[in-house]
Amino acid sequence: MLDILTRYDILGAFWMTIQLSFWAALGSLALGTILAIMRVSPVAVLQKLGALYVNVARNTPLTLILVFCVLGAFYILQLSLAPASAPLRTQIFLWAIVGLSLYHAAFVCEALRSGVNTVPVGQAEAARAIGLTFTQSLSQVILPQAFRGAIAPLGSVLIALIKNTTVASIIGSQEASAMMKTIVENETGSLLVFFIFALGFVILTLPIGVGFTEMSRRLAVKR
Amino acid sequence: MPEPLVVMKDVNKHYGDMQALKQINMTVGKGEVVVLIGPSGSGKSTLIRTINRLETITDGTITIDGVLLPEEGAGLAKLRSDVGMVFQSFNLFAHKTILENVTLGPIKVRGMKKADADAKAMELLKRVGVDHQANKYPAQLSGGQQQRVAIARALAMEPKVMLFDEPTSALDPEMINEVLDVMIQLAKSGMTMVVVTHEMGFARKAANRVVFLADGQIVEENTPEEFFTNPQSDRAKDFLGKILTH
Repeated sequence: MLDILTRYDILGAFWMTIQLSFWAALGSLALGTILAIMRVSPVAVLQKLGALYVNVARNTPLTLILVFCVLGAFYILQLSLAPASAPLRTQIFLWAIVGLSLYHAAFVCEALRSGVNTVPVGQAEAARAIGLTFTQSLSQVILPQAFRGAIAPLGSVLIALIKNTTVASIIGSQEASAMMKTIVENETGSLLVFFIFALGFVILTLPIGVGFTEMSRRLAVKR
Repeated sequence: MPEPLVVMKDVNKHYGDMQALKQINMTVGKGEVVVLIGPSGSGKSTLIRTINRLETITDGTITIDGVLLPEEGAGLAKLRSDVGMVFQSFNLFAHKTILENVTLGPIKVRGMKKADADAKAMELLKRVGVDHQANKYPAQLSGGQQQRVAIARALAMEPKVMLFDEPTSALDPEMINEVLDVMIQLAKSGMTMVVVTHEMGFARKAANRVVFLADGQIVEENTPEEFFTNPQSDRAKDFLGKILTH
């Protein structure tokens, strides 16, 4: 029974999960930060655009977003993220990162916005009073404190993102859950198989939960 | 009369139906120390906050050193860098050390080199007596120390005028004097200051002029001595009667 461990590259599949998670985490953090800035900016149009994006992305099933990325954007609209000579799995890998980033950016934005709400209004006033511009106030004073206030909710978003990479299997990404499906089809649906993959995800996510809780405690802004 | 530095002309401010400031005309000369006094809700905090546009105004004009206060953008940031502000609740940047609090403005706004900014900040921190705490975080300091750091932070920008919005109201009684002493020193050094405070001692020792506000209007303006001993208006008499009987 345990020979499936040697006959299938399970570690390789989890490595794909880690890569997807890592790049999608970076992508969603970048886009989510921009969205959060839009939503707290004094410009009404930007606020509305940010809110619209968050509500659309957050309320669309991730499956739909990923299918749209591959079927809609890649096959129908012929949008390619890699040179035409690149193998299909590279295209799918990149589109999976894009889809995961687009979706989770909405949650990152809301986590950051809750972080911004932990920063007292006096901090922004003091920043403006010494002559910092809006961008400088954000980057020097508001966001550093907002990130610290948002560490715990950002950790939850990251954990959800790691588990949501399993959805990418439906567009053909060869990550952990796709590997599990293959093993179940070819071999057996024994509890052991589920247990191995469940354990794999626990190993990935549990330390993140513990780490983020510890970080949020250690980096908390003392007021 | 010294050269005018802050000039407010026919300034009105509305919050919905409520009029917070009514036809404010006030001039603060270079080197002058003006104390704003009045019952709570009289508009004195609103007034001082309009001077660096932390509060917008409905109409009227405010000029600083002859320059009309810009409505927003880089021009406003530039002008604010010349106007120091000290808040009731200190508002030190909670995630930065004391030293970083003082050097942030000089480095980011004035483009000063870090080493120069550090040296200047240490000098200012020494002047307000908190140089030994330079590497601590604001939450580790007492209220009086934090407020003195806030004064140093504002001074680091070499402002033309300093605004103090009830700087001692959030302090424990034993810490009020350490802050007032710094403010009195500053006044003696020739700094132009606008101060919202109920500290009569400070007004008598350091102010050139007391401006009494009630219901968003300037009711009376006089020298501290005249104002406290011989108030003209009924509102001022009533107000002083309430705060001086204790």
